[in-house]
Amino acid sequence: MEVKNIKVKSMKPEDFKDTEYLEQYVEELRNNGVGIGLGVLDDFINWSRSHSVWPLTFATACCGIEFMCVGAARTDFARFGWEVTRNSPRQADVIFVAGTIVHKMAPVLKRLYDQMAEPKYVIAVGGCAISGGPFKNSYHVVQGVDKIIPVDVYVPGCPPRPDAMVYGMMQLERKIKVEKFFKLPCRKKEENPSSDNNLSETK
Amino acid sequence: MLELDNLVSNVHTGLMEALPHWAALTIEYILIGVLMLALYCVLALILIFLERKICARFQCRLGPNRVGPWGSLQLIADMVKILLKEIVKISKSDKILFFTALFLALIGSLCTFGALQFGKGLAGIDFNVGIFYVLSISSLGVVGILLAGWSSNNKYTLIGAMRSGAQLISYELSAGLSILTMMILAGSLNISDIINGQAHSWYIFQAPLPALVAFIIYLIAGHAETNRGPFDLPEAESELTAGYHTEYSGIQYGMFYLAEYLNMFIIAGIATTVFLGGWQPFQINADWAAGFNEVMSYIPSYIWFFGKAFMLVLLSLWVRWTFPRLRIDQLLHLEWKILMPISLVNMLVMAVWVVLFF
Amino acid sequence: MKKIKDIISSAASGLTIEEQQYPTVCVSPEQLRKVAQKLKSEGFDVLLNLTGMDYNDKFGVIYHLTSTVDKMAMLVLKVQTPDREKLDIPTVSDIWESANLYEREAYDFFGIRFIGHPDLRRIFLRADWNGFPFRKDYDANPELNPVPLVNQTISDMEDMPTLSFDKDGKLVTKHNQLFENGEYVVNIGPQHPATHGVLHLRVSLEGEIIKKVDPNFGYIHRGIEKMCESKTYPQILQLTERLDYLSGTMNRHAFCLCAEKALGLEVPKRAQAVRVIFDELTRIASHLLGWGCMCMDMGSITAFIYGMRDREKIMDIFEETGGGRLMVGYNVIGGLADEVSDKFISQVKEFIPYMRKMIKEYHVLFSENPIAKGRMQGMGIMTKEQAASLGVTGPSGRASGWSCDVRKIEPYAGYDQVDFEEVLRSGGDTYDRYYIRLDEIEQSLRIIDYLINNLPDDGFKAKTPAIIKLPAGEYYQRVENARGDFGVYINSTGDKNPYRVKFRSPCMTLISALGPLCRNEKIADLIMIGASLDYVIPCADR
Repeated sequence: MEVKNIKVKSMKPEDFKDTEYLEQYVEELRNNGVGIGLGVLDDFINWSRSHSVWPLTFATACCGIEFMCVGAARTDFARFGWEVTRNSPRQADVIFVAGTIVHKMAPVLKRLYDQMAEPKYVIAVGGCAISGGPFKNSYHVVQGVDKIIPVDVYVPGCPPRPDAMVYGMMQLERKIKVEKFFKLPCRKKEENPSSDNNLSETK
Repeated sequence: MLELDNLVSNVHTGLMEALPHWAALTIEYILIGVLMLALYCVLALILIFLERKICARFQCRLGPNRVGPWGSLQLIADMVKILLKEIVKISKSDKILFFTALFLALIGSLCTFGALQFGKGLAGIDFNVGIFYVLSISSLGVVGILLAGWSSNNKYTLIGAMRSGAQLISYELSAGLSILTMMILAGSLNISDIINGQAHSWYIFQAPLPALVAFIIYLIAGHAETNRGPFDLPEAESELTAGYHTEYSGIQYGMFYLAEYLNMFIIAGIATTVFLGGWQPFQINADWAAGFNEVMSYIPSYIWFFGKAFMLVLLSLWVRWTFPRLRIDQLLHLEWKILMPISLVNMLVMAVWVVLFF
Repeated sequence: MKKIKDIISSAASGLTIEEQQYPTVCVSPEQLRKVAQKLKSEGFDVLLNLTGMDYNDKFGVIYHLTSTVDKMAMLVLKVQTPDREKLDIPTVSDIWESANLYEREAYDFFGIRFIGHPDLRRIFLRADWNGFPFRKDYDANPELNPVPLVNQTISDMEDMPTLSFDKDGKLVTKHNQLFENGEYVVNIGPQHPATHGVLHLRVSLEGEIIKKVDPNFGYIHRGIEKMCESKTYPQILQLTERLDYLSGTMNRHAFCLCAEKALGLEVPKRAQAVRVIFDELTRIASHLLGWGCMCMDMGSITAFIYGMRDREKIMDIFEETGGGRLMVGYNVIGGLADEVSDKFISQVKEFIPYMRKMIKEYHVLFSENPIAKGRMQGMGIMTKEQAASLGVTGPSGRASGWSCDVRKIEPYAGYDQVDFEEVLRSGGDTYDRYYIRLDEIEQSLRIIDYLINNLPDDGFKAKTPAIIKLPAGEYYQRVENARGDFGVYINSTGDKNPYRVKFRSPCMTLISALGPLCRNEKIADLIMIGASLDYVIPCADR
C-alpha cells in the first residue's frame, strides 16, 4: 500500500515526520513479494494489530514517570487501546524502554525481549535509551539500547512529554499498518526481468 | 410479542416433524452448542469493553475511543491480535498439563453458562438438579487454575496457583450455602421451578431478611470465586507479575482472559436467577398494582434477565475499581471466620422463616 | 550531650579538632574503632554519610556523624590510609548499621578494604567488573568492561567475603553463603511492577513468610558522581535532577546552595522564596506519586490515577515558569534562571485550596477504608533507634518519631522565617508512614501559602562570574528531600571541575531498611512496606 494512504485517526498524514523510512521499508517488503488477493485481509489484520498493542510494564528511570503520566488521566493512552499493560512479557506486544540501560541491566533487558512472543516491537523512549543521553561519558551506561535489541521507534526527549510518547505510538501504528502478514512469493513487477534477487514465479 | 419462546418451540416441532427423532435431536444439540459458544464469546467481548469504558469513567478519563465509534471495535482488534500472537512453547513445563489446564478452566465456565436460562423458553438444559449441577461443575475451574500454575514450572505461578486454590475452595462453601438457603425457600433444585416460583414477586422480597443476607454473602463469595476485585490476589499484578497465567501467550492467554470475564457474568446470572427472579419481570404482589404489573410484563424476558445481570456486573466492576486488595490470610479469615458462620446461621433463620410464613 | 572536645579527648590521645564547616577530627586507621565506639556511646548514633576519597597519594574515608540526642550536633571524622597499597580500614558496620552499605560502596568505587565487614561484596557493579572506577588512575577503556549479555551467576551474587588479619598480619578472606541449600529463593525484580524502579530483591521464603531479603543494587547505576569530576558546575546541575527525579528541584537546589556557600554568594530573597515554593510543590508532587503508588500496590489503581491528576496541575505550574515538567531546570548557581511567569502567582493561589479539598477526599476514599487499614496497620514497625541506626531520615524516619527534618535543624533558603510544623508520628508502622505523607502535604501547602502572599521584590539572580570556580576546600550542604536528608559534598581544588562530589542518598538507607523490617512478614507485606518507605532507586544507585 502507498505510505501516504495510511490513516491514523485525527492526524493528517503530512503531520508525521520521517515518512522516508516507511517508504524504504515498504520497498523492502515489496521486494519479497506482494500478496495477491490477500491485500484486504492483510489490511484488516494490520488494522487490528496496530490498534491493539499491549505494552510491558518496564521503566527504569525518569522516563518511567512520564510513561506513567501517559497512562494517567490527562494523556490517556487507553483511548488508543494501549492501556492493557501486561506484566508478563509473554503477553505483551511492545516494550517501551523508558530510562537508562546500564551494563548490569543489559542482560535483563535482552532476556525480557527474548521472552516476548512474536510479533513484538520496541520503542526507545528518551535520550538515554536512544544513545546514552546525558550519560554519554559514563563507564556503566549502554550507549543506546539499539546496541542490544532492535528498535522500531525512537522518541527523543529528556524526558519526552507524554504527548511526544503518544506521537511515537502513532508512528508505530503507521509502521505496523504497512507490514505484510501474508508473504507469498508471487509475480514480481517486470521492471528488471534479469535481476538477481527475484523469486520464482507462481503459477 | 417480542418473546422468543414461540420461535423456539416452532423450530423444535418443525425439526421433529421433518426428520427422524435422532437426527432432529442431533441438529438441535449442534445448534444449541453453536449458539451458546457464540453467545459466550459475544458476551465476553461486550463485558471487556464495558469494563474498560466504565473503569475509565471511574478514573476520570476516557476509555478506548478511537477504534470504531466510541471504541466499540476495540475488542475485535484485541481478539484478532491475540489469535495471531505466537504461542511460546516452554521447554521445561509439563506440556500435557499445560495445554489441558486452560481447557479445564474453560469447560467449567462453559458448562455453567449453559445451565442459565436467558429468557422464557431460552434454556439450554433444564433438569431436576439444575442448581446442584451448577454449583458442582463450576469447581472444575479450580482444577484448571491449579494445573496452570503448577505446570508452568515457575515459582511465581506456583505461589499464585496455591493462593488461588485455597481461595476458591474456601469461597465455594459460602456461595453454596447462600444458594442452599434460597433452595429452602424455593423447595426445588430445578431452575425452571425456581424461576416460576418468582412469578409474583422475587425471592429477595419474599423473605427479605434472610434472603438479603444470603444475597450479599453470595455476591461477596461469588466475587471471590472469580478472582476479581478485592480478592484478586492470585493474579495480583503488583506482586506476582501475572500470577498463574504468566507463561501463557497468544490464544491460550486469551482463553483465560475470556473465562475470567464470563465467570463474572455467570455469578451475576446465578444471583439473578436465584434471588432476583431470573427472567421474570418486576411484579408487585398487590391488587392495586395490576396495571403496573401489566406494563412490566410487556418488556421481553431476556431484556429483564440481561438487564438484571448487567446491573450486578456493574456493581462488581464498581467494587473492583474502588477497593484495595485483601491479603491471603485476611481473605481466608473473612471466609472462615465471618462469612461461613453467618451463612450457617442465616440458613437456620430461613428455615424458621419458611416454617412460620409459608 | 557532652561537648565534642571532651568526648574526643577521652576517646584517644593526640587528636585535634579543626573548626571547618563542622568540627573535623582526623584519626588513624588503628584509632578509628575506639573513637567510633566512644562517639556512639556518647550520643553520636547516626552515621549520615560515608565518602570514599582518592587523595592521589593515599585513600581516605570521611564520616559525617550526627545525633538523635542533640540534633544540631554534627561531627566529621576523617581516616586516611598510609599509602595507595595498604588500603585496609577497620569496619564500623557493627557500630552504625548504615555503614554496612556505605562501606560496600566505598569498596566498590575505590577498592578500600574494610576489615571485619560481614559482607564485602561489590554493590553497584557486577562482581566481574575490572577495576575501581573512582580511582584517579582508572582505565576507562570500554574494551576492559564490555556490555555483558549474560546475567551474573548466582554464586557471584551470593558469595559474601569477610576480610580479617590473621596472627601474621596477612589478609585472610572467609567466604560465607547468603542462602543455604534448600532455601526457596525467589527473585523480585529487577523488572517488576511494584519495585518502584529497578531493584532486584532476592527473597528466601517459607510458604508466604519471608526469611531473608537481600537487595541487589546497581541496575540503574549511571556513575553520576564520577561524571561530575569531568564537568563544570553548571553542567553538574543537569545531572543532579536526574538522581532522585521526583525531588529533582530539591536536589538541584542543594547543589546550588553548596556552590553558593563556597563562593560566598548572597542569593536575593525573592529567588530564595521562589526556590522554596518550587521545592514544596515538588514535595507535594512526590508525595502524591508516592501515595498513588502505595495505593496501586495495594490494588486500588483508581487512587493512583487521582494522584497523577493532581500532579498534572503542579506540572502545569512548573511548565509555565520553568519550561519542563519533570526536569524543570529552574535553579542555577546564584538564583533562578529567569523571572517567574505572569501566571505563576495566580496558578499557585488557585492550586492551594484545590489541593486541600483533594486531601480531604483522599482521606475519605482511602485512609479510612478498613481493607486499607488492615493491610497497613501493625506491620513493618520501625523503632526510633532502628531508624537512627539505619540512617532512615525523611517521612519514614519521622513516622517512627525521629525528629530529623533538615528544614528545622539547619534551615536554608529562608525556612526559618516560615511557620510550619514538623509532622511526627510515634507508631512507626506502615500506616504511619502512609499517613505522614498526606500530613506533610498540608504543611507544604502552609509554607507555599505564606510565601506566595509575601513574595519579596529584589531580583531573581545574584551576579556570578562567567566561569564558576569554587575556592579550594570541602563543602557540605544538607537539604530536606521528599525522601529524607539529601546531602551534597563537594571537594574542590580551585578548578572549574570539582575534585570529588558525593551525594548523600536518602533512598539507599530506605532500601537497607527493607531487610530488617520484612523479616517474618508475608510477601504482600514486603510490597507494602517497600511502598511505604517510598524509595526511588536511581537515588540509591546514582
